[in-house]
Amino acid sequence: MGQLFSRMFSRLWGSKEVRILILGLDGAGKTTILYRFQIGEVVTTIPTVGFNVETVTYKNIKFQVWDLGGQTSIRPYWRCYYANTDAIIYVVDSQDRDRVGTSKEELAAMLEEEELRDAALLVLANKQDMEGAMSHTEVSEALGLTSLRNRTWTIYKCSAKTGEGLTDALDWLVNVVTGGKK
Amino acid sequence: MNMGKKDEDSGDSGLFYHIDKSTVLQEARAFNETPINPRKCRLILTKIVFLLYQSEVFQTKEATETFFSITKLFQAQDIPLRQMVYLLIKELSTIAEDVIMVTSSLMRDMTGKSDVIYRANAIRALARITDSSMLATIERPLKQFIVDKQPNVSSGALVSSLHLFNANKEAVRRWANEVQEACNSKGAITQYHALGLLYQIRQHDRMAVIKLVQNYSKGSLRSPLAYCMLIRYACKIMEDEEPGSRSLYDLLEGWLRHKHDMVVYEAARAICNLRDVSSTELFPAVSALQLMLVNHKPTLRFAAIRTLNKLALTHPAAVFPCNLDMENLITDPNRSVATFAITTLLKTGNEASVDRLMKQITGFMNEISDEFKIIVIEAIRSLCLKFPAKQSLMLNFLSNVLRDEGGYEYKRAIVEAIFDIVHHIPESKEFALSHLCEFIEDCEFNKLAVRILHLLGTEGPKTPKASKYIRYIYNRVILENATVRAAAVTALARFAVNIPELRDRVKILLTRCLDDNEDEVRDRAIMYLRIIDSDDLCKRYVANESTFSWASLERNLVHYLNDQGAHSQAFDISSTPLVTKEQEYAETSRAITAAAELTSPTLRSAAAALGTSSAAVGQRAAPSSGDAQAGYAAAMEKIPQLSQLGPLFKSSSPVALTESETEYVVTAVKHIFTSHVVFQFDCRNTLNDSVLEKLNIVLKPIEDEGADELALETSIPIAQLVYDIPGTAYVVFRRADGTSPSAVFSSSLQYFVKDCDPNTGEVDEGEGYEDEYQIEDVELVVADYVLPSYVVDFRRNWEELGESAEVLETYQLTNVANIKAAVQNLLQILGMLAIDGTDNVPDKATTHTLLMSGVYVGGAKVLARCRMVIGGEGVTVEVAARCKDENVARTIVDAVC
Repeated sequence: MGQLFSRMFSRLWGSKEVRILILGLDGAGKTTILYRFQIGEVVTTIPTVGFNVETVTYKNIKFQVWDLGGQTSIRPYWRCYYANTDAIIYVVDSQDRDRVGTSKEELAAMLEEEELRDAALLVLANKQDMEGAMSHTEVSEALGLTSLRNRTWTIYKCSAKTGEGLTDALDWLVNVVTGGKK
Repeated sequence: MNMGKKDEDSGDSGLFYHIDKSTVLQEARAFNETPINPRKCRLILTKIVFLLYQSEVFQTKEATETFFSITKLFQAQDIPLRQMVYLLIKELSTIAEDVIMVTSSLMRDMTGKSDVIYRANAIRALARITDSSMLATIERPLKQFIVDKQPNVSSGALVSSLHLFNANKEAVRRWANEVQEACNSKGAITQYHALGLLYQIRQHDRMAVIKLVQNYSKGSLRSPLAYCMLIRYACKIMEDEEPGSRSLYDLLEGWLRHKHDMVVYEAARAICNLRDVSSTELFPAVSALQLMLVNHKPTLRFAAIRTLNKLALTHPAAVFPCNLDMENLITDPNRSVATFAITTLLKTGNEASVDRLMKQITGFMNEISDEFKIIVIEAIRSLCLKFPAKQSLMLNFLSNVLRDEGGYEYKRAIVEAIFDIVHHIPESKEFALSHLCEFIEDCEFNKLAVRILHLLGTEGPKTPKASKYIRYIYNRVILENATVRAAAVTALARFAVNIPELRDRVKILLTRCLDDNEDEVRDRAIMYLRIIDSDDLCKRYVANESTFSWASLERNLVHYLNDQGAHSQAFDISSTPLVTKEQEYAETSRAITAAAELTSPTLRSAAAALGTSSAAVGQRAAPSSGDAQAGYAAAMEKIPQLSQLGPLFKSSSPVALTESETEYVVTAVKHIFTSHVVFQFDCRNTLNDSVLEKLNIVLKPIEDEGADELALETSIPIAQLVYDIPGTAYVVFRRADGTSPSAVFSSSLQYFVKDCDPNTGEVDEGEGYEDEYQIEDVELVVADYVLPSYVVDFRRNWEELGESAEVLETYQLTNVANIKAAVQNLLQILGMLAIDGTDNVPDKATTHTLLMSGVYVGGAKVLARCRMVIGGEGVTVEVAARCKDENVARTIVDAVC
């Protein structure tokens, strides 16, 4: 309910920050995507120990984006940051077929969380520029997205390196948080 | 939002007045709000920091929760808020779990744009949350920040590295090149930090440190703090050098002309603290300090005068040239400076200047606090003992200040000073006693009144006009409370016992006390009335000058109380050793002097604390020898065969009989009893695969005249000596009556060895085999029979003994090179105490007189005077010893050859 109210307010004032989490296994490309959103460039990254938080303004909406480290040791702390989240960007390394199962488990566990009940889900099938990458339908199946109920979700293929697909994904997010599609 | 209201509340002065942890942690929920209100959050963070600084305990869970909610604040870009967050992270890093969660965020902050002010803060916070396993992640950026163009960033990285150094020395060592580069940084404070880290990295490489000091001494540094560090390193280097050589003294001296006061002071202080510093070496430092005495900055004046004050303890002559400047400081508006000036002057002053000084002190006493007054009183006490001729002046002063307002400690210091003067300067007695009489007329401290009455009781009867004290004492009986009345009754009785003419009159006074309403007072009066007419009883109860050794009496009583079986019988006090009042007094005064030596260098310099300065260790060792003896005595009293030997006269210091790394390590201590000698052997077995049983020490006298006078009485073996647990064996010899023989014994250990399992300590079955282990010879020498003791006025005591009691010989000591070595030698051979600091020999002295005092076994006081001159081969010594017992004097003189 509170979520709904604040969303109404945000539409009235137009200045509320939208809180977004970027999650996914280690090496999926979360930090690269974050900075691609923010400064539009590809930066060299090192494995994130902890998190990065940046503000991204897109189409007059301020997104407060939290990029949480994906290493096994850090995943348990994701839940510390679930509260008040409007949308989750779940990044998958489309080339890493071996661990897509792990990725599915983590996603499922996360979506169980009460605090994320109302959060929209945007899955990004990253690294499409690489050879042998799974298509977004393959990824969607591997993650079991089709069986999701009561959740606003979608999947985009993208490449943080080339920038392909990221704008479309952001547009979808804007649409969702301004209530266009709900 | 309710923030406006909140601010109104917080405008009150009591913002942090009644804050409570749980409320603050409730408020901390604001961290989870979006958008963040930086102002409000900063206030809450401040409150948490405040609580932490107030030592409020945060449980791990609470801290971790708080930490994670604080991490949410990274979304805000507010700079002051971010800095506050760093502060909290640093504080919580030790309590909360999983603090590595902020690693990425901190790395991002510190690599940010170069104009961000909080980069250094981020670096410092990062160093705190990084454990050594994570160090590799931050190593590269840290190395880079050490050479950052911005001094504050570079400093932050350097200080962080210093902290990391303790946990991971190897990694930080790899940054040495960067650190060296940072030493040339523009920022003064950066240079200081870089130098500190560089030293940490190299500190175990002596040559590297010397090079470091020499390199940077050439003036490439900008920071005065860095120079101060260099000075301390230089001192550290010289401390480890051979005595006598001072490779870096010239550097120190050069720094005395540095443009920064701080550096000049540090160098001067370093020179003053050098071990065995000579007066030539001191001269430039004292001149530099002298200039500071007239500086307009009070801190400099204070620092200089405090250093001079400390120096005056050991080198009064070196400080003497500053006297004029110090006299001007007596009127210094800063009372701390003035107090130090006075006490220093009292130490350096000569007899002629005393009058003038005393006049100045009188005006000054009202303006300082009790603590400083006590310092002044202590200084006057020692001054008075130094110049007995000035006693009336001093006593006048003391009695004047005694009448002033003051707390117990202050009054006690004065009274004790007077006591000391009475004790050491007989001429002052009458005068001092009358002052004390006046004081107790109006004394609010019972303890002092009782002590003064006791002194009146013992000293009063010996004065020519004893009767006049009786009035004062009896006034106490009429006017005071029970404690003081009881003491007064005892004092009265002493007059009656010692002066027969007064006896009848005192008896009348004592009879009046029988009506007192306090039991103790009545009891004492009755007892004294009962014994007063019998000389025999008087001798036993009143005129008895010996008392029990308090330490052993306490031990015996505790032992008695703990032993239920013994309660059927009364406590047997005869087993407690007796000491004479003289001995007891000597013991307490030694304790006082020792305590004074330890406390006088207020705030021992950090440099001295850094390295274990050998001088400080020496000072500590001296007073503890008395304690060691008490420890030995306590150990021996538990052994039935040894507890019967009577009071322990002296225990020697331990002598090693083996090298420290042999299989069995043995040290010996010799104990002298009234008619026995006990050798104590502390043995340690360093082999973890064997156990020694029935370990006995066998002593065989080597051909020597003294050996005949020693008869082996018992030896007490160690039943079992296992790995690394020390055991003690004793061998007891009886000395022929009244003799004090010297002897040499060859000694060996005899024992049965059994093998054992090194891990479990389980001993193998079987008898084991017998074995013997030779250790070095044990020597019993004259010094073992001499207890060092202190005399206040050597000359007077020397004259009193007279030439008739003197034995004099002249020897040629060929085995010593200079006077200094000869003095050390003599002190060691004779075991006596050097008086009036005559053990301090100027460096290139050609003549010297060493005065010594001691008590020989049996209680004879012996004084010795050794006049030395360099000549021929080695040193010629004329040894003169005086003692009432001529044999003792002869023994002492003969011991030198």
